[in-house]
Amino acid sequence: MKVTAKPSTSQILPDERGRFGKFGGRYVPETLMPALDQLEHEYLKAKEDKDFKKELNYYLREYVGRPSPLYFAERLTRELGGAKIYLKREDLNHTGAHKINNTMGQVLLARRMGKKRIIAETGAGQHGVATATAAAMFGLECEVYMGEEDMHRQSLNVFRMKLLGTKVIPVKTGSRTLKDATNEALRDWMASVKYTHYIIGSVVGPHPYPMMVRDFQCIIGEETREQILEKEGRLPDYLLACVGGGSNSIGLFHPFIDDTTVKMIGVEAGGIGLGVGEHAATLSYGKVGILHGSLSYVLQDEDGQTSPVHSMSAGLDYPGVGPEHSYLKETGRAQYVSVTDQEALEAFQRCARSEGIIPALEAAHALYYTTKFAPTLGKEKLVVVCLSGTGDKDAFQVADKLGVKI
Amino acid sequence: MNRIDQKFQELRRRKEPAFIPFITAGDPDLETTRGLVLELERRGADIIELGIPFSDPIADGPIIQASYYRALSKGLKVSQVFECVRGLRKETDIPIVAMVSYSLVFKGTPENFVARAKEAGLDGATIPDLPIEESDAVHLAAKEKDFKIVCFVAPTTTPERMSRIAKGTQGFLYYIAVVGITGVREALPPDMRENIQKLKGMTDKPIALGFGVSTPEQARAVGQVADGVIVGSAIVKELERYVDRPATERIAAVGELASRLVAGAKGRL
Repeated sequence: MKVTAKPSTSQILPDERGRFGKFGGRYVPETLMPALDQLEHEYLKAKEDKDFKKELNYYLREYVGRPSPLYFAERLTRELGGAKIYLKREDLNHTGAHKINNTMGQVLLARRMGKKRIIAETGAGQHGVATATAAAMFGLECEVYMGEEDMHRQSLNVFRMKLLGTKVIPVKTGSRTLKDATNEALRDWMASVKYTHYIIGSVVGPHPYPMMVRDFQCIIGEETREQILEKEGRLPDYLLACVGGGSNSIGLFHPFIDDTTVKMIGVEAGGIGLGVGEHAATLSYGKVGILHGSLSYVLQDEDGQTSPVHSMSAGLDYPGVGPEHSYLKETGRAQYVSVTDQEALEAFQRCARSEGIIPALEAAHALYYTTKFAPTLGKEKLVVVCLSGTGDKDAFQVADKLGVKI
Repeated sequence: MNRIDQKFQELRRRKEPAFIPFITAGDPDLETTRGLVLELERRGADIIELGIPFSDPIADGPIIQASYYRALSKGLKVSQVFECVRGLRKETDIPIVAMVSYSLVFKGTPENFVARAKEAGLDGATIPDLPIEESDAVHLAAKEKDFKIVCFVAPTTTPERMSRIAKGTQGFLYYIAVVGITGVREALPPDMRENIQKLKGMTDKPIALGFGVSTPEQARAVGQVADGVIVGSAIVKELERYVDRPATERIAAVGELASRLVAGAKGRL
């Protein structure tokens, strides 16, 4: 089969009921069903609309700064002595992470639908900042739900959102992290759906979100494909990315799904151990269940109650995962592994020293696995790692972990 | 015949709407729950809606979420809720409908959940995060056991969906009075009467209204147009006020409120 720059991914999944195999669907209160129908309808219309695509591409190029480089990490490659390592530099996007690919798309969609108010949930605050940014640029009212615990861990991002004119609403229920912020945002949306668009930040939630967010994030994989063909004349052997909800990883993986020679590895948060509440490695240790409107792997107890989770990285500290990942796991198309807090911290520092790039703690999980995995491969092999965001936001937390006072 | 159907038949003969209070199982303990069910029946409740606590409820407001949290923080298990209902069945025949997240129903299969619930003595369930499109498995399992799956209609529901839901629901139809989540509200929405009339044209099943009913006056207004008046947050809130008091005081306080609401719902204010 001839390899083309354009991915041949047959976009047949999800099916019309929002299913990736048995995963996905819609498990939400009746109040939201008409809103999801409307959203799906409007999104599918926009997707086929050349003007919408043109507008989105314009902002991605001129405002976000795309395409992001596919950078050959020469020193890291040499140090590790195995496969050639390329980093997809999503940290160089405006606002410092891949999240803005999705929020630009969804804000443009909200404008098309005539919705004047934007809400979002955020964990690490990157999605919140990306939402606040897009909303500010288009002059839309914006409110972001954030767990109190995360606000504490990511106070810099809270301040950035406020500077951008967004109201940050602290969530004090449950574990006070991303899952609770998601609950609150869904509740808000139920009462405000007529004039509000809810921008989910990952490939989770009820249909059409996992599909729509994936489509907006696929720019990562589409660019990677063109760039690697240009640099190496062939497709990579391995793709690696961190998986919390799973949006940067699905964005990288999806355009390669039909290319069976390209293997995919998702790296989850192993936290501090294998016990309940010590990690957030949903695909590695979870079971099939329902959370936040879709059927997927979930970390829950024998009754179906959501388990507590832990990751040093707020962006991965989530007990669920996108349904398409569950499908990729079940079909064996992708493989999922986990990396601990400590290991991620090690990769965080190594990447800074070897490449002059301070990666987000989230991405450091994928980087750590790469440092173990790349040396086991021959020098002719090609590995692409998604560097999903910058670690500037993590500087305080890492300093604290290393016992350094700033 | 299922206790829910029997109850509505009886109420129809008496030309009375049903009063359906909601309480959270295990809030703050199951002994209170047991006492409350009996007390509410004594005060004139017709059906009990029993919330099975879930860690991440999205359809419920802060009052009910807090009650779930109180129950779960003591390690409440679904099997203990079933055990409590099984015990109650030695003392009362009041219809009890569970309100339960599909996350809990799905875990360990819908068939298994329905079988366990029915065996414990529950008469049906409302599953607020399960839209009609995804409900085939649970409806199938429920039909076999004469277990009623009560479906929801919201003010945002389109006419086509409304008629599909009206056909699918069992026992009664749950009309969500306001757009949003459960909670206590000042006024009832003006489109309530109109929407209930519309639904009555689509189904013979009783229509109960909930989400936002909190005072006896509101209960009366709802009782005049609907076949059932559901009161949730107001009751849970009353219980919350007495949560640090002895169980007997808690139960008596909720009972007093229930008496006033029953009087409202049945037009005896």
